[in-house]
Amino acid sequence: MELRMVVCVKQVPDPDGPPSSFQVNQETKRVTPQGIPPVISPFDENALEAALRIKEAVGGYITLLSLGRGFSKAVFLKAMATGADRLLLVEGNSLDPQALDSWSTARLLAAAIKRDGPYQLILTGRQAADTNAGQVGLGIAQLLGIPSISLAQKVEVVEGGLRVERVLPDGYEIVESPLPALVTVSHEVGELRYPPLPAIKAARSLPQDSLRLEDLGVNLLGNLLQLTRLAPPSRERTCVLMEGESPEEAAEKLALRLLEDKVL
Amino acid sequence: MGEERATLVLAEVTSSKNITGHTLELMGLGAKLAEQDQGRLRALVMGSGVGMAADELARHGAEKVYVADHPSLQSYHPELHLMVLKNLLAKEPFSILLAGHTSMAQDLLPRLAFQEGCGLVTDCVGVDMDVSSGQLLFHKPIFGGNAIASFAIKSLPRMVTVRARVGEPPEPSLSPGEIIYLEMGDPVETKMRITGRVAEERQVRLEEAPVVVSGGRGMGGPEGFQLLNQLAEVLGGAVGASRPPCDAGWVPSTSQVGITGKVVAPNLYIAVAISGASQHLSGMVESKKIVAINKDPEAYIFKVADYGLVGDWQEALPVFTSKLKECLQERG
Repeated sequence: MELRMVVCVKQVPDPDGPPSSFQVNQETKRVTPQGIPPVISPFDENALEAALRIKEAVGGYITLLSLGRGFSKAVFLKAMATGADRLLLVEGNSLDPQALDSWSTARLLAAAIKRDGPYQLILTGRQAADTNAGQVGLGIAQLLGIPSISLAQKVEVVEGGLRVERVLPDGYEIVESPLPALVTVSHEVGELRYPPLPAIKAARSLPQDSLRLEDLGVNLLGNLLQLTRLAPPSRERTCVLMEGESPEEAAEKLALRLLEDKVL
Repeated sequence: MGEERATLVLAEVTSSKNITGHTLELMGLGAKLAEQDQGRLRALVMGSGVGMAADELARHGAEKVYVADHPSLQSYHPELHLMVLKNLLAKEPFSILLAGHTSMAQDLLPRLAFQEGCGLVTDCVGVDMDVSSGQLLFHKPIFGGNAIASFAIKSLPRMVTVRARVGEPPEPSLSPGEIIYLEMGDPVETKMRITGRVAEERQVRLEEAPVVVSGGRGMGGPEGFQLLNQLAEVLGGAVGASRPPCDAGWVPSTSQVGITGKVVAPNLYIAVAISGASQHLSGMVESKKIVAINKDPEAYIFKVADYGLVGDWQEALPVFTSKLKECLQERG
């Protein structure tokens, strides 16, 4: 039987954008990206790469699933072109990622996966680049009642199930699990491959489906967290620049200054 | 109903079976929250042979210490540890569950939160009481540290994972709390099996090093990190990196400092050829003093640094290291 995989991906403002491109509006409690493009959240790209490697090794069918609003076609086409087989979008004006907490997001995604399934393997990024929560992947698995392994640096489908290398602070551990299962993927897996241009064009003809909020039977008023305040970070300091005719001279001054100020 | 309002700290132990420094900080923070919440402070420790850790918790402010001591809990297993917490929560109501934002809790708490239908705030950098509403607010960086969000949690217990150095270790208490050994049932079949562990050795642990010297994309390859190693050695510190050198394989991925790597707050952080991407800043911005060396004067890293050197690291570093070595040797 063909291995059916679903990779959950989130569209976010490019997290590598400079700090000035994230405008914090304290009134509306929203972050508005300025002049940076939307991208697939980087860890979700790593999850897709993990799925592609499994497909290369043992075959399989990859559905890319995303939930939200204001989707960029170009972003998803490029992701599809790396070797995914089908796109499934849950799109709606009320599906504002900044208004949904992890609990609501995971319930919506779990409902979509259940409706669209069955799936043997669900892959997500370890955390989204906007909310930085790291809950949705494990939450989906808990709601579906299947095993889940977090922080994967390598994912293999082997005889009888799954073999995952899970990142630890000082190394990794090997975890084996039966399927169906969910894995959250870390960047150690490696970057998502770059699709060739013709593949991006061809991706337009890949199957695309959509689900509406009404199809999922999840109440959007179910958030467990309430955002009460949003503020810009206070991280800027006054920097003393070391002057010198050459980097060497400045380096010597820097060393002496650190000792003088008792930093060392 | 004081009994029902306890704050529970999820303790963790070191390889020598003491409680971790991070756990002690949580005990300090937990005591403050319990006081504001008019409740008691309790702790749970899971592991194998953790009696000594339980004593430590009882002497650091816990009114009750729950102990789950069993060989199967020697190292973290998602299903087994989840079951202990689930059983405890079924027996005892808590108003707050405090854990460190550690490898274990990042895995365990989301499972528990979804199991129980509870709200969880991860990677908290501060907790305080909003006087006007009487609500506890949990602060956390979002958008890679480009904004700080404050959340109230609408369900009980409020679950939270807290970064290191947010709380202060408490003074030892005069009357130690009660220690309660939880009944451990027969071993259960788990779906997931941990079949091996591979350690990647390092000399000084990044999170504990007093000085961290990190290199970025501008190091251009693994060779440049030799110079950083030499500097770190002179200063008794550890070497870290931003994400690009780890992704490129120049240094082990365990060296990564950032929101998805290690979060560090040393006395001195030296950022070499690092431009200052948000995801990196989030992992080091709490450092006491920050030095930036970068040839681009417009690099954002200079905005968060206390000392800056605009120039090529290949020219600056050898002089910097040898001058420091000379002066520190003179000082003895």
